[in-house]
Amino acid sequence: MSQPLLSVEELRVGFATEAGVVQAVDGVSFDLRPGEVVAIVGESGSGKSVTAQTLIGLTRANNARIEGSVKLDGKELTSAGDAEMRSLRGEKVAMVFQDPMTSFNPVYRIGAQIVEAIRAHRPDTSKADAKARVIGLFESVGIPNAEQRVDDYPHEFSGGMRQRAMIAMALALEPEVLIADEPTTALDVTIQAQILDLLEQLNRERNLATILITHDLGVVAEVADRVLVMYAGKVVEQGTLDEIFYDPQHPYTWGLLGSLTRIDRPRPQRLPQIAGQPPSLLDLPQGCPFRPRCPHEFSKCSEYPGLEARLAEKPDHCDRCWLGPDEKRAKRLVEGQIGLEAPR
Amino acid sequence: MTRFIARRLVGMIAVLFAVSVIVFVVFMVVPKQNPAQSLAGKNATPLLVKNIEAEWGFDDSLPQQYLTMMKKVFTGELIQYEPRIPVNDKIVEGIPATFSLAIGAAVIWLFFGLLLGYLSAIRAGGWLDRFLTGVSIAGISIPVFLLAPVLLYFLTYKVEIFPNGQYVPFSEDPAEWLNHLILPWFTLAVLSIGFYSRVLRSNMLDVMNEDYVRTARAKGLSERQVMTRHVLRNSLIPVITLFGLDFGATIAGTAIITESIFSIDGVGKYAADAVAKFELPPIMGVALYGAFFVVLVNTVVDVVYAYLDPRVRLGESASK
Repeated sequence: MSQPLLSVEELRVGFATEAGVVQAVDGVSFDLRPGEVVAIVGESGSGKSVTAQTLIGLTRANNARIEGSVKLDGKELTSAGDAEMRSLRGEKVAMVFQDPMTSFNPVYRIGAQIVEAIRAHRPDTSKADAKARVIGLFESVGIPNAEQRVDDYPHEFSGGMRQRAMIAMALALEPEVLIADEPTTALDVTIQAQILDLLEQLNRERNLATILITHDLGVVAEVADRVLVMYAGKVVEQGTLDEIFYDPQHPYTWGLLGSLTRIDRPRPQRLPQIAGQPPSLLDLPQGCPFRPRCPHEFSKCSEYPGLEARLAEKPDHCDRCWLGPDEKRAKRLVEGQIGLEAPR
Repeated sequence: MTRFIARRLVGMIAVLFAVSVIVFVVFMVVPKQNPAQSLAGKNATPLLVKNIEAEWGFDDSLPQQYLTMMKKVFTGELIQYEPRIPVNDKIVEGIPATFSLAIGAAVIWLFFGLLLGYLSAIRAGGWLDRFLTGVSIAGISIPVFLLAPVLLYFLTYKVEIFPNGQYVPFSEDPAEWLNHLILPWFTLAVLSIGFYSRVLRSNMLDVMNEDYVRTARAKGLSERQVMTRHVLRNSLIPVITLFGLDFGATIAGTAIITESIFSIDGVGKYAADAVAKFELPPIMGVALYGAFFVVLVNTVVDVVYAYLDPRVRLGESASK
């Protein structure tokens, strides 16, 4: 296997607030290789977006405490200077955001905003050359009439087209790593599929290492190679796509899988869900933070287990649950399918 | 864009028509007193009142009276009767002073207001922000009728740095023009500097949380580029609207206190004197003059606004 391009180790991000320190990300580690897609999955507030934004230094603020290590091509990023980080952004690591409606500045033409990105890193590029390049990018991400559409304003684009333009912007400088933060969440389902196809195609053609942030396991199943499941700032389970989907170890993962609606199964009376709310990061329960919502919790759960490989034959499949492998295999079956049984 | 401008111009004419009708109704129709008596002034002879009655045709129908009034306004025949001076001439006489005062003050308040607001916003929460907030609030709180005499007292009587009011035409002596206007400019600008800096600061803090600002950072722009090209640029849009209203009003002669205290014979002072003496023709004239410039400046601002924010032109692009 090739060397990791991006290597994240024990990343911790905390924000000092008036109510106390919010530990938004607490010990996330993973490697990303060229051409690989790593998905980070979790509910709102699980720390997945903060993780992604920290990788390119967007969470740096006076009240933020960032610990651990992020290495890109062996270069440490957490301690890199602001100017250095800026030169990496867009150039080596590019980002696609969730809401294409609000992610472009409404007062500038879309093409001009991408030209701006190109010229921020390559000041020698003439505006005309940069624009020609944008037209080429538009064509490669499937925007029709690229030559006219570069001069459109964001409000003249549809949501799907805007997300394509956003991806074109991310690709403008041929980055090595693409971080897609909920790239399909704000789009309707048919457009979602198109954007996912596009991301997958780019990933294949350009050998682009991709971090995909999402709460949608359906999206993950389409494109990911490996998956990190996050809950309350911590990774509760990580493994390959097959491991997570066919042999999930953590009850939270079961819950996520169980709440997927599938068209190849009979329609349930009620859509399954995980009862309760994610905990406040300011007031985490003692031990496992998923404990209050977990129907399988028992005495040992008052202590939070580390993220360890708990299956002898799968050294890279790690989770944080005290249940033994056989117990898990039995307990995760709800009416013959993977799921989280209703809490008592 | 041409269609947009054309639409705005039509709107402008409609507003001006409405204002002239309101002026007519307020001064000629509503008062119980004979309007000829009001027009003639407090000490008018019965003969003068009779002449005015005939001249203005107060026996005619109301629409006819309105047309007579508007004809007088447009042909420069709106006159104050004691002494007999055309209102038009007095307003034209006052315009250089009022425009000099308004434009100079506007340049100063825009420059300092935006500068202070920008610095406050990019240092939000820091000591510079707190200091500038204090300065802005002090500026907003000091009334012009207090600030002007205090400035005059210290900078004219105690230490003779600036001359005591009066207006020197630019064509006569540019240096003296400037020298005489500095104090009035600052007097007029102080409130707006404070106000604009607060407005810009809060707009910028809002815009900083926008997704597109995060996008701008993510594509590798420097902090300065992010702040000027994205945050400041978008925060200016609401400020432009505010500026249109304020500048229009100032040009229209609302700097009455400043003009009076510094003895600047502008349109505002002319209006103030007329009000003090109950002279109706100048009040009507200045009201129409003021309305014209307020509406004109706001039309210009609307066009600038549409240029700055393409979404405003939405109606146009939808029909193309």
